[in-house]
Amino acid sequence: MLEVRDISKSFGGLKAVDSASLDVASGEIVGLIGPNGAGKTTLFATIAGFHRPDAGTVSFEGKPITGLAPHRICATGMVRTFQITQPFAGISVRENIMVGAYFRTADRRLAAREAEAVAALVGMTDQLDQRGADLTVAGRKRLELARALATGPRLLLLDEVMAGLNPTEIVEIVGVIRNIRASGVTILLIEHVMQAVTSLAERVYVLNQGRMIAEGTPAAIADNEAVIEAYLGHGAAKVLRA
Amino acid sequence: MSRAVLLCVVGLAAAVAYPLLVPNYLVTIGMLVFFTAFIGQSWNIAGGFAGQTSFGHVVFFGTGAYTSTILQVTYGWNPWLAWPVAMAAGGAVGWMIAVLSFRAGLRGSYFALITLAFAEVFRILANSVPFTKGGLGMLIKADPRPANFQFKDPIWIYYLALLLCIVSLLIAWQLTRSRFGARLVAIRENEDAARALGIDVFAEKVKVLTLSGAMCAAGGTFYAQKYLYIDPGIAFGVDKSVEMLLVSMVGGAGTIFGPLIGSFTLMGINEVTRWLASVVPALKNVQPLSLIVYGIMLILIVARLPDGLMSLFRRRPRHA
Amino acid sequence: MFDPAFLFAGVLNGLLAGGIYVLVAVGLTLIYGVLHIINFAHGSLLMLAMYAVFYLWRLIGIDPYAALPVVIAGAFGFGFVLYRLLIGRYNHGRDENILLITLGLSIVIDNVALLFFGGDTQTIDVPYAGTFVEIGAAFLPLPKIISFGASLVICAALGVYMAKSDMGKAIRAVAKERQGARLVGIDVENVFAVSYGIGIACLGAAACLLMPTYYVTPSSGHAFVLVAFTIVVLGGMGSFAGAAVGGFIIGITESLGGLFLGEQLGQIGISLIFILILLLKPTGLFGSKA
Repeated sequence: MLEVRDISKSFGGLKAVDSASLDVASGEIVGLIGPNGAGKTTLFATIAGFHRPDAGTVSFEGKPITGLAPHRICATGMVRTFQITQPFAGISVRENIMVGAYFRTADRRLAAREAEAVAALVGMTDQLDQRGADLTVAGRKRLELARALATGPRLLLLDEVMAGLNPTEIVEIVGVIRNIRASGVTILLIEHVMQAVTSLAERVYVLNQGRMIAEGTPAAIADNEAVIEAYLGHGAAKVLRA
Repeated sequence: MSRAVLLCVVGLAAAVAYPLLVPNYLVTIGMLVFFTAFIGQSWNIAGGFAGQTSFGHVVFFGTGAYTSTILQVTYGWNPWLAWPVAMAAGGAVGWMIAVLSFRAGLRGSYFALITLAFAEVFRILANSVPFTKGGLGMLIKADPRPANFQFKDPIWIYYLALLLCIVSLLIAWQLTRSRFGARLVAIRENEDAARALGIDVFAEKVKVLTLSGAMCAAGGTFYAQKYLYIDPGIAFGVDKSVEMLLVSMVGGAGTIFGPLIGSFTLMGINEVTRWLASVVPALKNVQPLSLIVYGIMLILIVARLPDGLMSLFRRRPRHA
Repeated sequence: MFDPAFLFAGVLNGLLAGGIYVLVAVGLTLIYGVLHIINFAHGSLLMLAMYAVFYLWRLIGIDPYAALPVVIAGAFGFGFVLYRLLIGRYNHGRDENILLITLGLSIVIDNVALLFFGGDTQTIDVPYAGTFVEIGAAFLPLPKIISFGASLVICAALGVYMAKSDMGKAIRAVAKERQGARLVGIDVENVFAVSYGIGIACLGAAACLLMPTYYVTPSSGHAFVLVAFTIVVLGGMGSFAGAAVGGFIIGITESLGGLFLGEQLGQIGISLIFILILLLKPTGLFGSKA
């Protein structure tokens, strides 16, 4: 479904992503993990069209999308969320989600109905009339998810939707993500919370210093020496805390 | 909802009846309220709804005023026919400024400043090129016939201003309930998120500035026909830009009735200071006083009431 | 008209005007570089300082040059207090907000000036106004030369202050990395207020240097605000070297524009430069980021 081949991206002299590749097949939940500053968000932003890659290609459902503008990539059926949540602060949750829903219809009533349906899916029905600015961290994360979902994507790119949530909230959002997948949406997610990744993802990629160092099932990754060296020495503590 | 409709109907009835009940000088003030609300709304559509703050909106106003006046005075066009051409010219200037500025990625304060500079360029050009008659300005020959877009009785120009204002309110209302409007608000609130959700931010911004430019240009023609005179300072001076911004910001940027409420307030303050000047001899030259009050209101509103005076009328924060 | 001597005189006149523009622009760029706000009230505050210089001369008979220390100190205090009372409370959040607040401020200042000082054009008759100095084929008014020299000295002094003094170092630290500066114990809010004060003090100095040869009206601010922004954008927002080079370029552009295109059309060069720089190279000549 998604093929990323040898993507490189530098900022100034710093190589943020160095020849990284990954694949996502239809119906999967795939995790992308790596220590802080590994280049995960840069890779994501490049896939979603927010950065133009220095080298490499991205194709989605067989069509090349490298370097397309974000709104065109959205039109192909792939949409991203932001690690640092970006709610439309001054308008209500309903209006926030409707912006996503308007992607598929120009009809206001249809968009409103779609927004309510998506809100129900992510558990925000009670918050529809709250302002984006008034949401808690957990609420903002859900709103990111809901808005993206409302555009009707076949592939969702989720950037750390669990960061900053408490254990109960994580359990809830894991359930939400499972529901989304069950509704037929493929998911690629960046995550720091290892426990969540292992319980959600079928396959995991590990990025370190811009390079893809491993790929496999969560169990295999946990045993991979390169990964342990690069990441788990640092991440093990996180697992215990989580 | 029904209460809002009732308020609108009552307001409209009052606005229609008003000029029949008051002396001519008050009719003209009413006309100015609606006219300023109209050009304020043209600013509000770009600056309020879409968040593209402009400091040089007068560039569209002047383009409209000069286009119709030149067509009329130099080429003998009927002003009613020149009006849509003037709007098209204003829209074209809006399109050009938007394409140039947004292609270059200008946002926020930089966009505000470049619009100011564009207005300056137009003002200097109007001052210098022969076909605008330079600093002398242009006079439209008085020939008060409705077919000529000139009216003997101020009541007609009042009703025309009211009509323009109503049209602008309908446009703004449509923005609050359409996809286009929702996208503009999304762009205002967060451009990156809007982009991620499939919005062609550049195209939408170009569209809104084109629309806003055309509207504002319609106001320019109206102004020229009312006063039968324009010069570069009136048509492209910074004062009108500030006025449009002020009435929208003070009334409530990004709200339907903001510019109208702001315009009412501005005119009210003007009249109070004028009255003060007549009763307190020491305050002979109080004309600046109303702008001082307005400047203070702008500061207070940006600092304390970002939704403008409109938010005082609302119990809950805005929602669908 | 295209006589080289004429051109030479035009360039020299532009350089002299540019020398004072540098001072105005340095104040603006300092405020931008440290606080990241665009001070739209800059022109109006300059106008206010020019009135201060005018009334010091008119009421007490102080020569504009002799007024330098008083006006600089007064302008610094005014800027410092203005920051503490108004600007500082709202210089966070959307950048248009502070632009709008400083716009409101400029509306208030312009109209207060109109209310109290009237709309008449005011000038100062200094005894040396009619003295000219001959340089090559150009005759240059003595006060312009004095002002040019004084402006450069003041800019140099400011440069030394920024490089050597503790406050200067703190200001540069905050400009570079405000979080880091906060972490090492710098009182960032105080640095902001001092920076704003210094920016306005530059205007005070510029007002003293302008008044022997210029005039002031309540709308003088308008004339300077776009010039100042153009210089700063041309040089690169926040760059001192840029403000200096930009000031001279704009001074010469204005002078030659007036020479070749006439009084009216000549002003177009500044606005066009402003637009072209923003569209083509928003980082300016020396800026690192826009």
